[in-house]
Amino acid sequence: MTETTTEKARIGAPSAQPYINGFTEEGENLSPINADGTVAAPSSGPLAGDSAKGHSHGGGIGVPDSSRAGRLTSYKLEDFKALTGLEEDWRFTPLRRLRGLHTEALSGAAPSVSVTAPEGVTVETVGRDDKRIGSAGIPEDRVSANAWANFDKATVITVPAETSLDGEVSVVLAGAGSEASAQHVVIVAEKFSKALVVLGHEGSAVVSENVEIVLEDGAELTVVSLQEWNDDSVHASSQQAKIGRDAKFKHIVVSLGGNLVRVTPTARFAAPGGEVELFGLYFADAGQHLEHRTYVDHAQPNCVSNVLYKGALQGKDAHTVWVGDVLIQKQAEGTDSYEKNQNLVLTDGCRADSVPNLEIETGLIEGAGHASATGRFDDEHLFYLMARGIPEDVARRLVVRGFLNEIIQKIKVPAIEERLTDAVERELAAGDN
Amino acid sequence: MSTLEIKDLHVSIETEQGTKEILKGVSLTIKTGETHAIMGPNGSGKSTLASTIAGHPRYTVTSGSITLDGEDVLEMSVDERARAGVFLAMQYPVEVPGVTMTNFLRTAKTAIDGEAPALRTWTKDVKAAMQELRIDADFAQRNVNEGFSGGEKKRVEILQLELFKPKFAVLDETDSGLDVDALKVVSEGVNRAHSTGNMGTLLITHYTRILRYIKPDFVHVFVDGKVVEEGGPELADRLEEEGYDRYLSGAGAAVAPAAQA
Repeated sequence: MTETTTEKARIGAPSAQPYINGFTEEGENLSPINADGTVAAPSSGPLAGDSAKGHSHGGGIGVPDSSRAGRLTSYKLEDFKALTGLEEDWRFTPLRRLRGLHTEALSGAAPSVSVTAPEGVTVETVGRDDKRIGSAGIPEDRVSANAWANFDKATVITVPAETSLDGEVSVVLAGAGSEASAQHVVIVAEKFSKALVVLGHEGSAVVSENVEIVLEDGAELTVVSLQEWNDDSVHASSQQAKIGRDAKFKHIVVSLGGNLVRVTPTARFAAPGGEVELFGLYFADAGQHLEHRTYVDHAQPNCVSNVLYKGALQGKDAHTVWVGDVLIQKQAEGTDSYEKNQNLVLTDGCRADSVPNLEIETGLIEGAGHASATGRFDDEHLFYLMARGIPEDVARRLVVRGFLNEIIQKIKVPAIEERLTDAVERELAAGDN
Repeated sequence: MSTLEIKDLHVSIETEQGTKEILKGVSLTIKTGETHAIMGPNGSGKSTLASTIAGHPRYTVTSGSITLDGEDVLEMSVDERARAGVFLAMQYPVEVPGVTMTNFLRTAKTAIDGEAPALRTWTKDVKAAMQELRIDADFAQRNVNEGFSGGEKKRVEILQLELFKPKFAVLDETDSGLDVDALKVVSEGVNRAHSTGNMGTLLITHYTRILRYIKPDFVHVFVDGKVVEEGGPELADRLEEEGYDRYLSGAGAAVAPAAQA
């Protein structure tokens, strides 16, 4: 009764037979470029120092190459070497499916931006020389730098100081076609303002996007980034936030649609007393690659961060990646941080990679924790629920809905919560076929 | 009055060594209000019978029939069987991630009854039933069986039995792994459900201990996939004194322990 009847998709079990071509348990041979034989396989794993060395330039003296602090950051595209797929931060990404975001000049039409905002909010379209560009972000990888080098106009949304918005700022980014393009958005929450900004990505696009988010002192800002792209879309999004003194930042990523989606949210504390929550929800169907890499840089004392990403996977070659970096620097005394990723594998043939990284350079902290769990909704769960009269499709929904609801509830905008609940239902319905 | 009828049931499973027959012709008739105890040594096929009635996909029925008031149970899917009134209290209830007990109980009750239970009375019923089974109130907010001890899982099975009110309850070694206090609590729950007079009970057990609390009307002894002896409650007393050796000393002694599933 208790034996599981299939062992095929067991997560974490060494498998002689990878279920996604070219993928191994360690992931170092993931890059399709490797399969071409154009790059020699490394003699050691990607986590080893010597293989990381060749790609890291930003460390400076005394910063180990393996530290997140050692990651190269630059506004110049040429500072980043061409990607091979062996880089620590690209080793899970199928580069071939990036459709040129890492190699081409991003000259296609960027997704159109339409903003609906409550009174008081300023929305501007600005050129590359606007002084707010570069105020919160700096590219951390080649694809992001490529967008930085190529974007034409940027959208700047400003919530004025000491304004508490009535209703959300809705930003719809509608794909304008399949030519590789670059996008730039800046969100500024001025001192003691309170706002919710929703970035809704939809339609068909191949786009590398940089989103800069500035929280001035005492600001409270929630940013929701919804990826509800059409199935042919490719989206890389670097979303970087700079957190002022005593500011509160909540960031919620929801990735449902798109062929390849790679969101890399970074939160940096610029002053003490800040709070950051990074939440994520993703649901990968057959063939989808949904990747999320979070980074919280505790460079200031007495800041709090909490990261929770939850994902569901179903269908052949559904692939999700979560890599969570938390760095607690030496001076960041009194830090309280936690990060967790949970995945629910619904069918055979999926792959969930999950890597929580925690670097702590001081012992004088309140707390630091990291966790990862990938579980399977298997035949025995299904049997149990069905043996209580619950039909199969309802049983599946019950489990997934319960699992993902934890994130949806954090949004606190009933209309979006409802929309996402419906979207999850549609994902499930698609899986029933 | 309902009847669950099992006729000449043959069941096999696929193993690495090939197909293995576990049940070799089992016939049994249970009527509403009756309690039947199925007893037997490890590997005799008791649990296979339970799982086959509930429709676990691991077991293949090669011949014979199971009917509920004349309806072909074997034609029904697992959930249809449950909705038709068959309840299996599992030997090893699984943990279901992401689903709270509250949500699970309400969803199952809705599925079984074909309509959502009236919210106010339902909440009250659940609370009362939990209290009688000494299940902490905070279990309602926890995920199904997640982190429950063995004894807690068994209590939760009986909680469902009491709330779902099936026509037939199959209790698959509900007593195993329980201490005496828990055994009493669980047995009382079964007796409460049974005392409504609307349920037939098939009690599968390895030990006679539970039969001190739940009185069977009939006792069937299972050895090597077949019923080898049948009788009234006195047969249980005899088994308590003599054990199963009497049945195993004969030609059928070679019972593979692995067959217990």
